[in-house]
Amino acid sequence: MRPFTYERAETPAAAVAAAASTGAKFIAGGTNLLDLMKLEIEAPTHLVDVNRLGLDTIEPTEDGGLRIGALVRNTDLAADARVRRDYGVLSRALLAGASGQLRNKATTAGNLLQRTRCPYFYDTNQPCNKREPGSGCSAIEGFSRQLGVVGVSDACIATHPSDMAVALRVLDAVVETVRADGSARQIPVEELHLLPGDTPDVETALEPGELITAVTLPPPVGGVQVYRKVRDRASYAFALVSVAAVLQPDGSGRVAIGGVAPKPWRSKAADAELPRGARAVAEELFAGAVTTHHNAFKLPLAERTLAAVLSEAKG
Amino acid sequence: MRFDTPATTNPIDQMKVVGQAIPRVDGPLKTTGTAPYAYERHDVAPNQAYGAVVAAGIAKGRIASIDLAAARAASGVIAIVTAEDAKDLGKGDMNTAKLLGGPDIDHYHQAVAVVVAESFEEARAAANLVRVRYETTPGRFDLEAERGAAKTPDEDSPETAVGDFEGAFAAAAVKLDATYTTPDQSHAMMEPHASIAAWDGDQLTIWTSNQMIAWSRGDIAKTFGIDKDKVRLISPFIGGGFGGKLFIRSDAVLAALGARAAGRPVKLALPRPLIANNTTHRPATIQHIRIGATRDGRITAIGHESLSGNLSGGSSENAVQQTRLLYAGADRMTALKIADLDMPEGNAMRAPGETPGLMALEIAIDELAELTGLDPVELRILNDTQVDPEDPERPFSQRRLIECLRLGAERFGWAGRSATPGRRREGRWLIGTGVAAGIRNNMVATSGARVRLDADGIVTVETDMTDIGTGSYTIIAQTAAEMMGVGVDRVLVRLGDSSFPVSAGSGGQWGANTSTAGVYAACVKLREVVAQRLGFNSGDAEFTDGSVRAGNRSVTLAEAAGADGLVAEDSIEFGDLDKDYQQSTFAAHFVEVGVDAATGEVRVRRMLAVCDAGRILNPVTARSQVIGAMTMGVGGALMEELAVDTDRGFFVNHDLAGYEVPVHADIPAQDVVFLAGDDPMSSPMKAKGVGELGLCGVGAAVANAVYNATGVRVRSYPITLDKLLPGLPEMVG
Ligand SMILES: Cc1cc2nc3c(=O)[nH]c(=O)nc-3n(C[C@H](O)[C@H](O)[C@H](O)COP(=O)(O)OP(=O)(O)OC[C@H]3O[C@@H](n4cnc5c(N)ncnc54)[C@H](O)[C@@H]3O)c2cc1C
Ligand code: SF4
Repeated sequence: MRPFTYERAETPAAAVAAAASTGAKFIAGGTNLLDLMKLEIEAPTHLVDVNRLGLDTIEPTEDGGLRIGALVRNTDLAADARVRRDYGVLSRALLAGASGQLRNKATTAGNLLQRTRCPYFYDTNQPCNKREPGSGCSAIEGFSRQLGVVGVSDACIATHPSDMAVALRVLDAVVETVRADGSARQIPVEELHLLPGDTPDVETALEPGELITAVTLPPPVGGVQVYRKVRDRASYAFALVSVAAVLQPDGSGRVAIGGVAPKPWRSKAADAELPRGARAVAEELFAGAVTTHHNAFKLPLAERTLAAVLSEAKG
Repeated sequence: MRFDTPATTNPIDQMKVVGQAIPRVDGPLKTTGTAPYAYERHDVAPNQAYGAVVAAGIAKGRIASIDLAAARAASGVIAIVTAEDAKDLGKGDMNTAKLLGGPDIDHYHQAVAVVVAESFEEARAAANLVRVRYETTPGRFDLEAERGAAKTPDEDSPETAVGDFEGAFAAAAVKLDATYTTPDQSHAMMEPHASIAAWDGDQLTIWTSNQMIAWSRGDIAKTFGIDKDKVRLISPFIGGGFGGKLFIRSDAVLAALGARAAGRPVKLALPRPLIANNTTHRPATIQHIRIGATRDGRITAIGHESLSGNLSGGSSENAVQQTRLLYAGADRMTALKIADLDMPEGNAMRAPGETPGLMALEIAIDELAELTGLDPVELRILNDTQVDPEDPERPFSQRRLIECLRLGAERFGWAGRSATPGRRREGRWLIGTGVAAGIRNNMVATSGARVRLDADGIVTVETDMTDIGTGSYTIIAQTAAEMMGVGVDRVLVRLGDSSFPVSAGSGGQWGANTSTAGVYAACVKLREVVAQRLGFNSGDAEFTDGSVRAGNRSVTLAEAAGADGLVAEDSIEFGDLDKDYQQSTFAAHFVEVGVDAATGEVRVRRMLAVCDAGRILNPVTARSQVIGAMTMGVGGALMEELAVDTDRGFFVNHDLAGYEVPVHADIPAQDVVFLAGDDPMSSPMKAKGVGELGLCGVGAAVANAVYNATGVRVRSYPITLDKLLPGLPEMVG
């Protein structure tokens, strides 16, 4: 860990002002950032603690949705009665992630911005374009069992590891931010995470110093809401594949897939195939898939998991 | 005390304390966080500085240059030691690669420097400022690819043959011929390797976490080129070892080097991401098994060959040894091969040899059952042997595998099982059951102890035996209590200090039987000393309820001890009983799994182990050992694999996020039964080990249950869902 300075901001405006210098970073629960700092994968020179910004409430929005403060803990979000009633897929996705202790610390914004779990990203001796642009990607020819099969590039095949983000994607959530100049904006979750292309180090649409203040959910869409996470052990593991689904009685619905891409993976065209079943949806979702010897199983696994979710939803 | 004839009746047979379900005597220390582990010994040496390891970033090659300027200038740095500064550093007998590398690099994450600083954070930050330039050379990282270059290892019995295996196999009516693989595995113990080292002149003391005090003291002495008497190792509590702490590792050596350079005590722990590649692991195997049988299931020919790899000069993983003993069959052979690899050092991990060997052999037996149409329990019973199959003159001291299998089958509800796979389904789950046999030998080695009796009637036992979470403190206290006629609350046990008598240590499941037998020997001596002092005939003296009685005279132990107390020391030395009789422990493992029909996720639903392991010294600690081992077996069967990057030459998933071991949610109800009885051939304690037996065969029982659930036979561990998917039922939806 490199030496850094620390300050605690009391308002969003103060936080963005404090983070305006290069090398500054926000810290929320710290469950991802601190691990990365210990390994010097992240080396901020200034930490701006955002835990006291008062952004830790869940409020109804005027249009009947919910506004989730950026600092709401994963545990509290999963347990919120409105979330459990109207956005069950979100609650289930959160509870499928990490462990009780981690969820008590982890925040909504921090969870969205957690970084990949590619093992080579974590080993600073190894080339990694995401960690050190231009150094190469060790994973493509290396051990890639956990890594992505779609939306990936020749430069990086990492996945985004969040469970919560997959549910937010299927719910069409929107991220609210404040930029360094004080202006606010809204970014659909769909547009928050970027595909790697030639610049896998650029992971989100956020500008430097841009603070997430909230995530809003549109009004409830009903339906059967399922989150199915497939992993090598029963708990405390990242998804090999996960499926977030909201399915309506008429066979229509939406699905997003986790564990397969640099962002939660969903397409309108694939949603439209839902009445035709899992195979049709999977064909649409994975049309451009590029697999390795290690991770090719994710394609049949995703399709089969989707089929199981669809048949479970039908009851 | 020599033990060379079968044990007769002795005070342990009273079983007033031994054999009772006594909770761990060190339990309160552990649950209150007051058991002092190595890294927490802030109290033992003043002015401790912190060491941080710099580990090699390549697998094979040379250090071209090391730039220490930035690190030296960093805040808090006191000293930096590289191989350049420690030219005369030797290597212990038990280590294959040097624990401080350079200029040659033997494996990934081999230590190349230690940085000592005032605080942990400063040491770690400065270690990251050390700039090492390497020249890499090509290495051999792929076991399969090195198969052609493999040699017969230079070890005891690398090849065995009885009769004419090839001929009998060729002639057999039923033949099984299959290849199985097991991956490299990490011990993944909870406590990382950690040491505090302090020099007092040329006297070195290391507070560490180590299973084998005497071996390790010797290896520290050898590494530093000093006399053994100048070295003291102290390791009273160990947060798990599983064989990963049998020997000294870089934490101890670097702490000592750092302390010498800094002129202060230095503490150092290996960070988790270094442990997989810096320390040892269980080597991967590729095993070829051939079994010939008659149509009615009698084995006529059995052959088992296994290939493993290691650093040049390292040992092989003896995966074939139990095939020599487990089943009958007139014509038999085993063979080991070893390939040189430039991967980290392979070495013992819990039940070394047996674990991977039985993971393969006990699938093969399941396959043979299917080929012959026999029930897998019955096939095993049919091929049981009461003598060493290679030497029929040599019986097992005791072998109740058949009882284990029969009792297990009954208790588990084996009878209703469908032999045809894929027949049972509950909702999304395909359900299957599997069985496997386990065998682990009872090894014996000299073990000593000192026993004191003080004026308060307190019995204190001192031995360099270790407790790696196994319960040594408790069973040793029970042994001394039984022998001296007191309760465990009157016994104080002190372990893990090289200034105490040398014990057999913790390894190979020999610790419980041999260390308590050593305590028994010392207590026999102490009883004589007590009797002598009181003028009793030691044969007549009875030690009960805190007193010694002979005829109608009774004296309390406190009185007998007198103001100065009494002390006796002895060790148990074993004769040839283990040569005349094959001494082994046996188990039958039964497992039920559910396999998700869509995703192939395997979840264990219930487990049963029935064990035949001589006298059980304490059913609570023994059960803990076995359920822990069963848990490890589930890990080995379903998830544990050090993933090898065969280009870059290292284990990629080198932390506990990447190397998955079972969590609570993976482990269902576990049932353990110990067959009652004792084995007078093993020691005066009539006990044998259970700690490794509990693991032997578990993996195969899980694998066989998965097969029974799905009809997919996976011969390559771990059985992850990607290997099952192609064979699972079609999905509709
Ligand atoms: C052992 C382990 C297992 C895990 N398993 C899972 C799992 O199964 N599924 C899963 O989904 N996750 C898992 N996680 C990840 C966990 O969910 C994340 O670490 C956590 O959600 C991050 O939240 P945080 O508040 O601690 O973020 P921090 O670590 O504080 O921050 C993460 C990033 O977000 C930035 N940031 C934080 N707040 C803001 C803000 N308001 N505006 C802008 N930027 C901000 C920080 O600068 C940093 O870059 C696991 C983590 C661990 C350690
Ligand atoms: S996949 Fe991405 S994160 Fe992983 S090594 Fe390649 S570039 Fe780095």
